[in-house]
Amino acid sequence: MKLKRIISIIIKEYTHIFRDWRSLLIIILMPVLMIILYGYAITLDMKNLTFAVIDDAKTPESRELIRGFTENRFFILKYTDIKRNEIESLFKKRYIQMALVIPEDFSESLFSNRITKVQLIVDAADSNVGTFINNYSNRVAQLFNEKLNNRSPGILGLEPRILYNPDMKSANFFVPGLVALILLLICSLLTSITITREKETGTLEQILVSPVNPIEIVVGKVIPYITLGFFNGIIIIIFARLLFKVPINGSLTLIAVLSLIYIFVALSFGLMISAVAKTQQIAMLATLMATVLPTIMLSGFIFPVASMPLPLQYISKAVPATYFLIIIRGIMLKGIGIAELWQHAAALSGIGILMLSMAIIRFKMTLE
Amino acid sequence: MQTDKAVSVSKLSRHFGKFIAVDEISFEVDKGEIFGFLGANGAGKTTAIKMLCGLLKPTSGEATVAGFSINSDTSKIKKNIGYMSQKFSLYDDLTVKENIEFYGGIYGLSREKISDKTDQLISELNLDKMKNSLTRSLPLGWKQRLALSTSLLHDPSIIFLDEPTGGVDPISRRNFWRIIYEIASRGKTVFVTTHYMDEAEYCNRVSIMHKGKIIELGTPTGLKQKYNKTTMQDIFISIIGQN
Ligand SMILES: Nc1ncnc2c1ncn2[C@@H]1O[C@H](COP(=O)(O)OP(=O)(O)OP(=O)(O)O)[C@@H](O)[C@H]1O
Ligand SMILES: [Mg+2]
Repeated sequence: MKLKRIISIIIKEYTHIFRDWRSLLIIILMPVLMIILYGYAITLDMKNLTFAVIDDAKTPESRELIRGFTENRFFILKYTDIKRNEIESLFKKRYIQMALVIPEDFSESLFSNRITKVQLIVDAADSNVGTFINNYSNRVAQLFNEKLNNRSPGILGLEPRILYNPDMKSANFFVPGLVALILLLICSLLTSITITREKETGTLEQILVSPVNPIEIVVGKVIPYITLGFFNGIIIIIFARLLFKVPINGSLTLIAVLSLIYIFVALSFGLMISAVAKTQQIAMLATLMATVLPTIMLSGFIFPVASMPLPLQYISKAVPATYFLIIIRGIMLKGIGIAELWQHAAALSGIGILMLSMAIIRFKMTLE
Repeated sequence: MQTDKAVSVSKLSRHFGKFIAVDEISFEVDKGEIFGFLGANGAGKTTAIKMLCGLLKPTSGEATVAGFSINSDTSKIKKNIGYMSQKFSLYDDLTVKENIEFYGGIYGLSREKISDKTDQLISELNLDKMKNSLTRSLPLGWKQRLALSTSLLHDPSIIFLDEPTGGVDPISRRNFWRIIYEIASRGKTVFVTTHYMDEAEYCNRVSIMHKGKIIELGTPTGLKQKYNKTTMQDIFISIIGQN
C-alpha cells in the first residue's frame, strides 16, 4: 500500500465531488428534504386519529379510561353510544381508526383485581398507524393501571421506548430513526455509483493497469465520502433538532464519533454493491432495496426488535441501523454515554470492517 | 526469465463460458518493434490485449510481457507497460492538467516529476491554452493524443494501444502515427490494434486475427509478396474471404 497513490485517488475523488456542483447540491439538499417530508408525514399521521367508544359499563372508571385516550392530541373521540354492528361500517368508510369496547362488568372486574379485558379494535390497514395505536393504547392502559391500582403496574405490556419519551411525542421516536435511515441511504448511494461509473466510462480499466491495488482504490474512495457523509449527518441532526424539537440529552461529540462509524459502514456497503454491479442503475436500485426495507422493517425503526419473531431478531442483528438506532435514540433521548453503548458501537465497527473487506475481496474477484 | 523479446505468447486462450474469444494464439514481438494487431470486429483483439496487460486472466496458455509472466507477475508487468484502452479513458470532468497529475500520482511519480512531465506534455501537445479546461471540451483527436501521453507518463518500455485512432479524421490519425513512430524511435515497443488497413502499412509486422485465431503474421511487404497484392486492404479481404 502506497500513501502517495491513495492521496492521488482522494484528490481526484474530491475534484469529482466539487466539480459537479449540481449533484453536490442534491446530495446536500436531498437529506434535508427527506427529513422534512418524512418527518412531517410520519408525525402528522399520528395526529387526529379518530375513534369510537362503546361504553357498556358507564362507570367513573370507564370514563377515566376513555379520558386517557382523549386527553392527548393524537386521538379524537368521534362516536359514542353506537351499536356494535355499526363499528364495521365506520371502519370501512374510514371514519375511525380505532374502536374501544368496554364491557359491562369493567369496574367490578377491576375491583376484584382480575385481569380486565377491554376490546380494542384497530384499523391496521396502515400498519404504521396500527402499530402506533397499539403501542399507544398499551401506554394509556398502563397509566390507567398505575393511577387506579398502584399495586400491579405490570398487567399490560410496557414498551420501553415510550418510557423515555414521556410526553409521547412521536417525533422523538421517529426522527432519530429517520436520521439513521437517511444517513444510511445517502452514504451507500454515494459510493455505490463511484466504482460502477468508472466501470461504465472505462477509466477503471485505466487505473487497474497501473500498479494501484484494489485496497488503495477502495480506501481512496471511502475517505472523501466520509467527510461528505459526515457533513450530511450534521445537517440532518441540526434539522431534526430545529424542526421537530427532538431533544439531544447526551454528548454531541459522542453522536459525532459514533455517526462516523455508522457512515463508514454505509459507505463500505455501497462500495460492496459497487464492486458487484455492472451499471450505475443496477447499483442504485440494489442499494435502495438493500437499505430502505431492512432498515424500516427490521431495525426497530417502527417495530421493536424485541417483539419480532425470533428468526427476524437474528436477522436484525445484521442490520447496521439496529445498532445505530439504539445508539442515537440512547444519546438523544436518554442521554446515555459510551459506557452503555460501547457494545453497539463495537458491533457497528465490526460490520463496517467486514463490509469493507468484502468490498475489497469482491473487487479483486471481478478483475479475474 | 531472460528474454530479448518484448512480448512472447504461447498457446494463449480465453473462453467466456462456451465461447472461445482467443484460441491458442502464439507469437513474439521484438523490442522496439511496432506490432500491428489486425482483425474484424469481435476477432478477439481486445481480449488478447487485456490478458497481456493483466486485466484478464487467461483460461490457458502462457505469455511473458517485458520478461514477466502474465500468470504470476502481473504487478511487475504493470510497472513496465502503458495501456490505452479502446474506450476513451481519461476523466471527462477533470481538466487536462488534473488528469495528468492523477495518472502521474497513481504511478507513484514524485511531485517534481509530475509537474515537470505535466509542463512537458502540455507544451508537446500544444495544449497550453487548454490545460485548465475540462477534458470533455477537447476535440476527439486531441483527447486521444492526451490519453496516449498520459499512458506514457511512467516511461514504460512497452505500450499497448487498442484502436487508438478509432473515429478520428485522417489528419489526426496521421499525427497520431507520427507520435507512434517517435515513441518507437526511443526504443519502446508499440503493440497496436486497428481497423484501418492503411495504418497496417505503418507497422513493422502485422498479425491478422480471425475468430480468436492468428491466421497470418508477417511484414507488410512480405505479406504483399506472398498474396501478390498491392495493399493491406486487399490482403485482408482475401485472407478473411478464404476463412
Ligand atoms: N466479458 C465477456 N463476456 C463474454 N463475451 C465476451 C466478453 N468480452 C468479450 N467477449 C466476446 O469475445 C469476442 C471478442 O471480443 P473482443 O472485444 O476481444 O474483440 P475485438 O477484436 O477487440 O473486437 P472490436 O474490433 O470490436 O474491438 C466478442 O465476440 C465478444 O462478444
Ligand atoms: Mg476491441
